Amino acid sequence: MINIFEVTETNKMVEKENLDVRTITMGINLLDCASENLDEVNEKIYKKITTLAKDLVSTGESIAKEFGVPIVNKRISITPISLVGAAACKTPQDYVTIAKTLDKAAHEVGVNFIGGYSAIVSKGMTRSDELLIRSIPEAMASTELICSSVNVGSTKTGINMDAVRLMGQIVKETAEKTKDADSLGCAKLVVLCNAPDDNPFMAGAFHGVSEDDAIINVGVSGPGVVKYALESVRGESFEVLCETIKKTAFKITRVGQLVAQEASKRLGIPFGIIDLSLAPTPAIGDSVADILEEIGLEHAGAPGTTAALALLNDQVKKGGVMASSYVGGLSGAFIPVSEDQGMINAVNAGALCIEKLEAMTCVCSVGLDMIAIPGDTKAETISGIIADEAAIGMVNQKTTAVRVIPVVGKGVGETVEFGGLLGYAPIMPVNQFDCSAFVNRKGRIPAPIHSFKN
Amino acid sequence: MKKCVITVVGKDTVGIIAKVCSYLADNRINILDISQTIVSGYFNMMMIVDMSQPAKPYDDVISDLDNLGDEIGVAIKCQREEIFDMMHRI
Repeated sequence: MINIFEVTETNKMVEKENLDVRTITMGINLLDCASENLDEVNEKIYKKITTLAKDLVSTGESIAKEFGVPIVNKRISITPISLVGAAACKTPQDYVTIAKTLDKAAHEVGVNFIGGYSAIVSKGMTRSDELLIRSIPEAMASTELICSSVNVGSTKTGINMDAVRLMGQIVKETAEKTKDADSLGCAKLVVLCNAPDDNPFMAGAFHGVSEDDAIINVGVSGPGVVKYALESVRGESFEVLCETIKKTAFKITRVGQLVAQEASKRLGIPFGIIDLSLAPTPAIGDSVADILEEIGLEHAGAPGTTAALALLNDQVKKGGVMASSYVGGLSGAFIPVSEDQGMINAVNAGALCIEKLEAMTCVCSVGLDMIAIPGDTKAETISGIIADEAAIGMVNQKTTAVRVIPVVGKGVGETVEFGGLLGYAPIMPVNQFDCSAFVNRKGRIPAPIHSFKN
Repeated sequence: MKKCVITVVGKDTVGIIAKVCSYLADNRINILDISQTIVSGYFNMMMIVDMSQPAKPYDDVISDLDNLGDEIGVAIKCQREEIFDMMHRI
């Protein structure tokens, strides 16, 4: 039988170390909502989402109460809208009507975000993909809860540089359209390479076409728990360090597994995967950068950071894999800047720059995330940053992403406030040398040689 | 059987166990196990209880115990046992 020390340990993780289940995300297939009639598409989408997800929030809340573990977000991911709207949408404006419908449905069921205003264009762009991409700035400006993502490359297909070039412009336009809110639209827009179909985390969540009609995916978190556990092994060997991270990751993931099974049972929807990610929040003590410091760095960004992060990411996976029956999504350590107080401190101290963050993305779970850059950064430069990240993902067979926010009217040294879990960020300098001749070449970068495994 | 873990943490005072136990008795909640320690004046108790046939819905029991804790000046939490089992047992 459970003893008092085990009970105290679990409750301490929740009360003092910010253990939580970051999100229950319901993936919903919308392919059956497709039609040539736009009104019909909108109607079907609204009906399907509000029917399937009507009890999602209340179920999440009652599970949180019964088990005594906070479930911070309840979210929905949907089939990439470029597929669902392909037959009906003839202009970007048509896609915006779908965005508004999704936003209305998300408000109706009470979720925090809905992700999947997306296009998968890793090799080529269909007409409907391009229309959707061109509608993103307006869609982000006229909705509140929509997250958008565009997959521009993969290890199997190479990188679609036409899409990369276009996304540089779209990020800039989105920033301009939402400039009254400090270009907040860009915080909900991510450009991916090797995007997974079952990611429960925003902004890159969508419900892949290989998935069931509806599915429950859960994202666990708990950087604070890992940090506190590591405090007890200061100065110990790497073996002890790694064992401690693994054991802690196991415990955190077990909570996610329990919540996922329970949510799946109560909602009558199959369980998909657990995403074993360490996802920070701006709350003090809920930081991945703090773990890196606890491992032995003065600040995130110091020499040794990439190695420490590689170790952390790997041990989180190793500990978590056995704790869950199905693992998927991104699974690793997130390194968003604005959402992590330790990262913000590192930037302010001058320890962390975009180039170092880029190196860190080779070994973390995703990519350049929630980085505020000067509003006058050129679209070609943003495309260059996207191309670099996509190349890292393509060659290393991992998911990478870029979520940068060119904050209109602000420059290096100023701060931007996004609010809530999105946090706040100091604006970071970007390399000023030009890459437009590279970015303006047409076509795509071929898939790397090691992708030919057949 | 639906097992739950009730934890009571706070400054020690007269009648904590009595008040919690009479609430449980009044609501048909059977106590299976109790362990308790006092660390530097702080009362720390864990009970494993059977909630198969409580007189009230589970949500109400959680809120009642929370309010009772406020009254006595301690923190009372009631959680399903599975969360501890999952985390500490393979």
